[in-house]
Amino acid sequence: MFDFSVVTTWINNLLIGCMPGWAAVLVECIIIALCVLGAYTVLALFYILYERKLCAWFQCRLGPMRVGYWGLLQVFADMFKILIKELIPLKGTDKFLFKLAPYVIITSSVTMLACLPWGRGMQIINYNIGIFFILAVSSVGILGILLAGWASNNKYTLIGAMRSGAQMVSYELSLGLAIITMVVFAGTMNIEEIVWAQDGGWFIFTGHIPAIIACIIYVIAATAETNRGPFDLPEAEHELTAGYHTEYSGIHFGFFYLAEYLNLFIVSGIASLMFLGGWMPFHVNGWDGFNAVMDYIPGIVWFVAKAFFFSFVIIWFKWTFPRVRIDQMLALEWKYLMPLALANLVLMAVCTTLGWHF
Amino acid sequence: MAVKSPAIRSMKHEDFKDNAYIDSLVEELNATGANVVVGKLDQLINWGRANSLWPLCFGTSCCAIEFMCLGAARYDMARYGAEVARNSPRQADYIMVQGTIVHRMAPVLRRLYEQLAEPRYVIACGGCAVSGGPFKNSYCVLPGVDKILPVDVYIPGCPPRPEAMFYGLMQLQRKIKVQKFFGGANRKEKIDEFFAKHSSEVGKY
Amino acid sequence: MANIQEKISKICPSVTFEEGETLLVSVPEKDWRMLAVALKENADLNFDVLTALIGMDWKDSLGVIYYFTSTARNWEMLSVKVAVEDREKPMIHTVSDLWKVANFQEREVYDFYGIEFIGHPDMRRFFLRNDWVGYPLRKDYDANPDLNPIRMEDEENEDDSHTLVEMPDGSIKRVETKVFAPEDYVVNIGPQHPSTHGVMRFRAAIDGETVTKVDVVSGYIHRGIEKLSEGMTYPQTLHFTDRMDYMSAHMNRHCLCMCIEKALGLEVPKRAQVIRVMMDELMRISSHLLAFGCTSMDMGATTCFFYGFREREMVLDIFEKTCGARMSMNYNVIGGVIADLHPDFVKDVKALIEVMPKALKEYHKVFSGNVIAKNRMVGVGMLSKEDAINYDITGPSGRGSNWSCDTRKKHPYSAYPDVQFEEVLEEGCDSYARYMVRMREIEESVKILEQLVDNIPEGEIRAQVPKIVKLPAGRWYQQVEASRGAFGVYIESTGEKTPYRLHFQSPCFNLVGVMDLTCRGNMIADLIVIGAALDFVIPDIDR
Repeated sequence: MFDFSVVTTWINNLLIGCMPGWAAVLVECIIIALCVLGAYTVLALFYILYERKLCAWFQCRLGPMRVGYWGLLQVFADMFKILIKELIPLKGTDKFLFKLAPYVIITSSVTMLACLPWGRGMQIINYNIGIFFILAVSSVGILGILLAGWASNNKYTLIGAMRSGAQMVSYELSLGLAIITMVVFAGTMNIEEIVWAQDGGWFIFTGHIPAIIACIIYVIAATAETNRGPFDLPEAEHELTAGYHTEYSGIHFGFFYLAEYLNLFIVSGIASLMFLGGWMPFHVNGWDGFNAVMDYIPGIVWFVAKAFFFSFVIIWFKWTFPRVRIDQMLALEWKYLMPLALANLVLMAVCTTLGWHF
Repeated sequence: MAVKSPAIRSMKHEDFKDNAYIDSLVEELNATGANVVVGKLDQLINWGRANSLWPLCFGTSCCAIEFMCLGAARYDMARYGAEVARNSPRQADYIMVQGTIVHRMAPVLRRLYEQLAEPRYVIACGGCAVSGGPFKNSYCVLPGVDKILPVDVYIPGCPPRPEAMFYGLMQLQRKIKVQKFFGGANRKEKIDEFFAKHSSEVGKY
Repeated sequence: MANIQEKISKICPSVTFEEGETLLVSVPEKDWRMLAVALKENADLNFDVLTALIGMDWKDSLGVIYYFTSTARNWEMLSVKVAVEDREKPMIHTVSDLWKVANFQEREVYDFYGIEFIGHPDMRRFFLRNDWVGYPLRKDYDANPDLNPIRMEDEENEDDSHTLVEMPDGSIKRVETKVFAPEDYVVNIGPQHPSTHGVMRFRAAIDGETVTKVDVVSGYIHRGIEKLSEGMTYPQTLHFTDRMDYMSAHMNRHCLCMCIEKALGLEVPKRAQVIRVMMDELMRISSHLLAFGCTSMDMGATTCFFYGFREREMVLDIFEKTCGARMSMNYNVIGGVIADLHPDFVKDVKALIEVMPKALKEYHKVFSGNVIAKNRMVGVGMLSKEDAINYDITGPSGRGSNWSCDTRKKHPYSAYPDVQFEEVLEEGCDSYARYMVRMREIEESVKILEQLVDNIPEGEIRAQVPKIVKLPAGRWYQQVEASRGAFGVYIESTGEKTPYRLHFQSPCFNLVGVMDLTCRGNMIADLIVIGAALDFVIPDIDR
């Protein structure tokens, strides 16, 4: 398995060799920021196309076809258009908060993206409480939605924002509990260590029943966290026209749009990290030849492929299920998911202490 | 850099019906001239705009059902990248007025148009939107949306077939491709002219 | 009939009778309220359905024609005429407390003729702007565009309404009222809203997410079809019917043709009748498929919409081959149909018959059986059978409340007496029941097609019709079962080439009437589902 930290150390040494320490750190920060932003844009654009094509295939259609080969350039056309579209200033809005909201959302999702482990050594910061940090940052996104809904001074956006507040705060609980369950199993909150703990087998296999339950809970809660169908109430098109971002135009709307897709990647990334071993290749104990072959596939491919798999499942939900109602959604969380997640946590704790796992 | 006649994928220039109009637009733009860098940027912007036309969901009657067929599997508007039908006018690029506009709806339609973000386009789809159609003589029907909005493309039919709507969509794409973002003939001025002219006339119909 | 005449004249001696297609009872305004109460509540009369309420202008007087139906007595119909001489301030007593369906109908009459209804709780205009000058369907309406130019400013004082209260001494007092209380949080839904299926506008007062009141604001696509028809010859009026409820285009046109044929005494050839019925049933399938698609899409299950449309395209192909158009087919004409069937017709219909059962199975698997879809629809938008009758909710929505109201069974017409089919009834009284009735009706329509497709009789497709169609003086009312309920056409003729009055009684008009009743106490998200399950088509309401 190629260790990317070789590259980063080499760059670091190179920079320190030719400039003072503070300048080297500054340059590194800029390089990393550019990489993150670049990855963000590319991923978001890819995800937009991915979803549009997938949904088209679910619906016996072809999807974008005419811009570029098989519509590959479609999202670029969209991007150019949305970049130069008019930003409409609105009367009667809270101007500062109105403009702040999309940046809050995009910042939170960029920060979360920066925390993901892309491969061995390909991680920007290795916190000892990494997973906790991701959860904390993800909550900032709710603030952006609430701000957007409130500042727009529109009844639809306000209802959308209130719904999303209720929804996200509730589902954050199950999401957190599902992750804590896996943290209990891994024994650490450090992202890199969590990945290494899955060297012998991904958690979903080694953690068996409680891990599978946690995975299911996580996927449901993550769908709700990213405001996707069947939990897309905050932007329920057929009730609230466009929900909390009804009044946004141009690139401000573009930020919401990008963040929505990127959050999908991020929750899928966390799922792949917690359950399918992140960038860890598929290993079977004892099959050394097979394991060696698997190791040849770069970690980044493993990670991204696993994330795409989870995203596929979540997109599949969206294009299959009808939307739930707000009271049904809250009932699902508070009456079923959260008690189940709590019970599962206890089960996992028992399994871990008694060693009932592979 | 000269503006070229717009090309649409898989449909030849001479297969379109009203090339004279597009040619006149091209000539008008070429008369002023522009430098190469700006010209290239213009082309890129126009390519983006022309290929990412998000409609506003706006249907009042029968044409709206044909518009739904346009989005459905057989015709699949998504091929043009136009399936992202936005329900909020702020995020849409054009209104396809599908159906009769009556007196009570006219101010709503005008407001929707004003809520669209620039650049914004209008397609009058179906006989009713073009001229009032079979209801032209009624006491409360608007004889064509061009009385209150600057219309870019007219699609006749009652209702137009989805193919006709595609033709209209492609005409709009062609029209967008012969615009200039930097300098040259400014579309917005023309729209302002339209409203200046019509604000005095609007009560008459 | 004679029996009824006796009973009515015993209750109200001042009435006069006029024989016709249905018995017409003319009653002076002062006795109308008493007779109305008797018609509703007297066990011998028991007219529980107000089928149609038609405003009239007879030049010397204004008035209303009511059509009543008694479900208990084999769907017998009775018409009542109430006229007032006063053209300045015409007033008639309301029946909106007896038959709730009259609530909106009387507002329509007020809008068109300026007749105010004493005791009606909410006398606002229904279709036209509240600053409209004049009453357009009066014969002396001034159509000068300067009086009613296109106004680009919004309507003011939308909340203002008034009601006329009859004082104990017989004087009438006008009381100003407000639609919403100042403390109501009113959310405006429409006219441009993705799930109102057109340009309907609801103003919903909500408490949190719970709807406390719904105010229906209509008229955003009111094209004045009835007024336009008065200036056209009978064959010219036909094309309007395709553009009202475009999802029941064939049925609506069938109805108008039958009404004119009835007045002319024309016998439609057997082949034309069978073709008409087949087209009606194909239309019903197409309409219910659209309803399925829209219901699922409104709930966020977008994929089902595409599945529904996939099969709908097959129906549209059949229409296109025979009629030459996918929508607005303009196929029925007076005396028959305009063109003979396409040679592929039988083959295509058989292919459809083959596909539909499988497709339905798929729909049920993907959507009807889905636990979320069920949770969203079961128990939402309850409408009891009594309410359905009182609000005259016919069609799949009425049958979802277990009210047997299929016009094809109650007043069989065309080739329907010859085919076997079951009237689909559901006992749920909720949105899910309405939805399921639609899905099961597709099966019944397929059954009808199956019986007819191999038995299309040979012969003429059109009867001999005079070059200039002139109806004798009189009045006729004809009903058919359109996709969304009983569609009625009322023609009053004075013997001219053009109708003196042509009224379309649309089923969707009644459907929006129950929005307030069914939505109260439900959530705002349910409002969308209830609307989708009632499945109204806006141009049919506004006409």
